[in-house]
Amino acid sequence: MRYVLKRVRRLVVVIFAVTLFTFLLVNVLPGDVAYDIAGQDASEEEVQAIRADLGLDRPVMVRYVEWLGDFVQGDWGRSFRTDEPVVEAILSRFPVSLELMLVAQVFALILAVPFGIIAAYRAGRTTDRAIATAGFMSLSIPSFMAAILLILIVSLNLGWLPTSEYEPLSEGLWANLRAFILPALAIAMAEWVILMRVLRADMIGVLQQDYISLARAKGLPVWHVILRHALKPASFSMITVLGLQIGNLVGGSIIIESIFALPGVGRLLINAIYARDFIVVQGVVVFIAFAYVMVNFIVDLLYAVLDPRIRTERADG
Amino acid sequence: MAAPLLELTNVSTHFHSPAGRVRAVDGVSVSLEAGQTLGLVGESGSGKSVLARTIMGLLPSYAEIPEGSAITFDGQNLLTMDRKARRAISGPGIGMIFQDPMTSLNPVMKIGQQVYEGMRHHFGTSKAAGRQRAIELLTEVGIPQPDVRIDQFPHQLSGGMRQRVAIAIALACEPKLLIADEPTTALDVTVQSGILDLLQREQRDRGMTLILITHDLGVVAGRCDQVAVMYAGGIVETGSTRSLFARTRMRYTQALLDSIPRLDRPPHERLKSIGGRPPNLITPPPGCRFAPRCAFSDAQCESAIPPMQADEADATHSFACWHPRDPEQTAEEVA
Repeated sequence: MRYVLKRVRRLVVVIFAVTLFTFLLVNVLPGDVAYDIAGQDASEEEVQAIRADLGLDRPVMVRYVEWLGDFVQGDWGRSFRTDEPVVEAILSRFPVSLELMLVAQVFALILAVPFGIIAAYRAGRTTDRAIATAGFMSLSIPSFMAAILLILIVSLNLGWLPTSEYEPLSEGLWANLRAFILPALAIAMAEWVILMRVLRADMIGVLQQDYISLARAKGLPVWHVILRHALKPASFSMITVLGLQIGNLVGGSIIIESIFALPGVGRLLINAIYARDFIVVQGVVVFIAFAYVMVNFIVDLLYAVLDPRIRTERADG
Repeated sequence: MAAPLLELTNVSTHFHSPAGRVRAVDGVSVSLEAGQTLGLVGESGSGKSVLARTIMGLLPSYAEIPEGSAITFDGQNLLTMDRKARRAISGPGIGMIFQDPMTSLNPVMKIGQQVYEGMRHHFGTSKAAGRQRAIELLTEVGIPQPDVRIDQFPHQLSGGMRQRVAIAIALACEPKLLIADEPTTALDVTVQSGILDLLQREQRDRGMTLILITHDLGVVAGRCDQVAVMYAGGIVETGSTRSLFARTRMRYTQALLDSIPRLDRPPHERLKSIGGRPPNLITPPPGCRFAPRCAFSDAQCESAIPPMQADEADATHSFACWHPRDPEQTAEEVA
């Protein structure tokens, strides 16, 4: 319980720091939402009137304290531009980002775990080097480049998948999932390599442990020794990295969501920044910080599931 | 005389290292009859653990067993058989106990599962029957509350208890041969004899063959039928325990015996030790491996490797020394 309280305190500090910093930073950007609302032909007076109406003419610190006060009471504000409540704007787009993240991480793990195991088992041999080479090639392609290549090859040349048609889940699971395959692959292409390398490094260490020798001395087949004895203790670092990656992606991927026209949190954020829609930017930033801290909290709990030694430590302290 | 259960013929194990070929085990021949206990004694780095791993088939990929080595177990050559057949022997044929129970048990797997998974694999035992058998085994090796311990993890047990679990794991598949690699070295002195007594009892009750690896000749004295002393990768003296202690011939064995602290010596006497260090196994000395540290060595010792020769009184007792100790002489006179 004390552990959870400590976490909550940290979350509050993180959110306070992050929101203050973004508030100030967004304020430094030239132009504001009033120009966007007034349109190109509006006179300076009209723009000033809109600014006064929105309260944008007041000093930045005053506005921040006011926003913070509302936020603490559960009011995240409304978009300056569309008047949509910020909370609703985020929550309606979050499932898209979440699904993208999940599909991407599933792809990354499907590639990382078997290749990480094989690379560790054949460490230093040709197979290991081939996997490393393929991995670094995959990692060094930027995700926007990977996205475009995937569209070009899979969608346009082979015609296996649509380029970019997001369908809500109500249209059927496959119709919905189909739109996520390419963007998730584009993300996974970088993520799996990092997971694979981390798993490989830990697995090499674990395979030299006495308890692996003991498992082999029982006459168990190699696959049994690796999957039942070595994989769990070798996966701690990989779980940590996985948590960081999920934390990064849970707030949406700006580039991938933009390329594949997925209506996720990332796109909401980038559009809000273009429009200088401060209040939406603030909301999304808080949401991302919150998601990040939560994911890492869950990862910490996951260690305890994997490692009984941590469980006891926590019970004692 | 029945055929030996385990027979090593000219077994060598070499490691490839950047500095060159390390001859960790070099031409070891020894045979062991069913039901016997062999004490394998030597200093750290003498190759005893590597020999155990060689028999067990647990060598790392950079190890090489040169042509001409043969390990015959129960009539089959372990070095030439295919991997699947070899795996079928690990467990029901040969079991092993490792030196450090702090590292030899899987930290993230429950004790019970570690005990019964071998049975499940080799005999297709059901989970329920395996659990039942695991509880019996844990009781047998002296673990209190075995029905509770079975669902615990290794870190919840003390070192001595863990080594008892490791013994239960090795016994689970009823091995014909058990190799215990320094089973008490990592344990508190207070629990060491308990573990050794347990091993001895199990060996006797089950009619099991036991190889007890240790660096302590004192451990071997009361518990083994046969002793082999290893130095720098080779066996330098072997024989029945009685003969080896009563008629010690090899100078190295004598030096080891002299370095055991004894209660019948006057107090505050300086403890004897063997000067120098074991030789480099990449470029071993051309003659007797022990010659550089031996008080009795001469030019012959340094240039030619002494062959194994039988003791005059006991043909099963053999040693490799150019200037063997006169067995009628007492230890006092040598010193």
